[in-house]
Amino acid sequence: MNSDSYDVIVVGAGPAGLTAGIYLARAKMRTLILNEGTVGGQTVLTHEIANYPGIESISGYQLATVMKNQAKKFGCTIRANISVTRLDLAGDIKSVEVNGRERFTAPAVILATGGRSRTLGVPGEEKFKGKGISYCATCDGDFFQDKDIIVVGGGNSALEEAVSLTKYARSVTVVHQFDHFQAFAHAIEDAKRNPKISFVMESTIAEFSGTDALEMVKIKNLVTGETTDRKIDGVFVFIGYVPNTEKLDGILDLNKAGEIMVSPLLDTSLPGVYAAGDSIAKRYRQITTAVADGTVAALNAMEYLRKNAVPQPTEELVETES
Amino acid sequence: MLQTGLTHILSEKDFQETLKNNDNVMVCCGRMGPMCIPVYGVMEELESEYTHVAFRDMEFDGPIGHLIRNLPECRNFRGLPFTVYFRDGKVVSATSSIQNRDQVTQILDAEFATKAVTK
Repeated sequence: MNSDSYDVIVVGAGPAGLTAGIYLARAKMRTLILNEGTVGGQTVLTHEIANYPGIESISGYQLATVMKNQAKKFGCTIRANISVTRLDLAGDIKSVEVNGRERFTAPAVILATGGRSRTLGVPGEEKFKGKGISYCATCDGDFFQDKDIIVVGGGNSALEEAVSLTKYARSVTVVHQFDHFQAFAHAIEDAKRNPKISFVMESTIAEFSGTDALEMVKIKNLVTGETTDRKIDGVFVFIGYVPNTEKLDGILDLNKAGEIMVSPLLDTSLPGVYAAGDSIAKRYRQITTAVADGTVAALNAMEYLRKNAVPQPTEELVETES
Repeated sequence: MLQTGLTHILSEKDFQETLKNNDNVMVCCGRMGPMCIPVYGVMEELESEYTHVAFRDMEFDGPIGHLIRNLPECRNFRGLPFTVYFRDGKVVSATSSIQNRDQVTQILDAEFATKAVTK
């Protein structure tokens, strides 16, 4: 197995992880950033960002690309689209195994694993993804010109996207599990005022069906338990996010929602391990808050390294590839 | 033009020559959108590993986007990007919407038998 050592390993390359990398590498820390998906995390899912101070308007992809280039310019090594196959974070020297064939070690680790869109997890969802089921209105809205569609969810994303989808669709039915919405009042008002939008409350989608593409959904009333079949052309799902922390379960303290428990300085329950961004337990999840988290975690990790000068693995510990 | 590190297919001639000159071709036809960018990223990562596959992208809304959009294999697709795999010029697999590395490599390994030695 290949092995390499660093001062700090950052797991995750969204705004939190990249910011941590920028601060660490600029302080001459040997820094490795590992990312299971595409660099930028959920930032690349945003078409336009207009509330990032100092930049009037930028696409998520462009902002993530600038952050990535900054991190690289300061000396970070970035490995994207890898799979983290093992995490050993308890000892003085932490190790992260990648793709089952490489191992990286460091005395400090920053976890910035982010989150992902929540899926319904019901029969037919995987089969009809891209064939009637979508998670991105701006990407796929124009495939549903003059069609009847459903939007699942009751938060800001669901109601704002429901309104935006009325540009294309003949009708939009919002299906929501509660008897009230979680969205801001203005988003609720905009949706309720739109004549193309109707609402099915206290209900959820129980099943997707069709032959080559989505044709039908089963809507389950969560109060009565009754299910009804409905012919439909498309379903857009906006039911929030889940933290990417499955691989951390049992390794450090998570709350019931699976979010990483942290101190105000973003220490986790393990010494030398910090966490930042959307995967930690916190109220507000914005690019700006992720960037702030990345900064705090990096500065705190550097403080830890100064106070706990841990000897790095020597060459005899390095295995050669068989 | 798509802002990716992949080789772009810009004309019908490009497209035909790509299929003619390469046994194994993966074409991702999309926009610079949230569902497409991750697939381009996966393809960029895989280029050095799957040297026996030609990885290309194509603009969904460009003048030749119809070459992918109108393929029979894509007729039920309603999610970007449309990703099509060609062996000897024939479509062997096609997917709609975002795909991760594992999903892509599963198709590459299944359809394009010869896998290059990894670095």
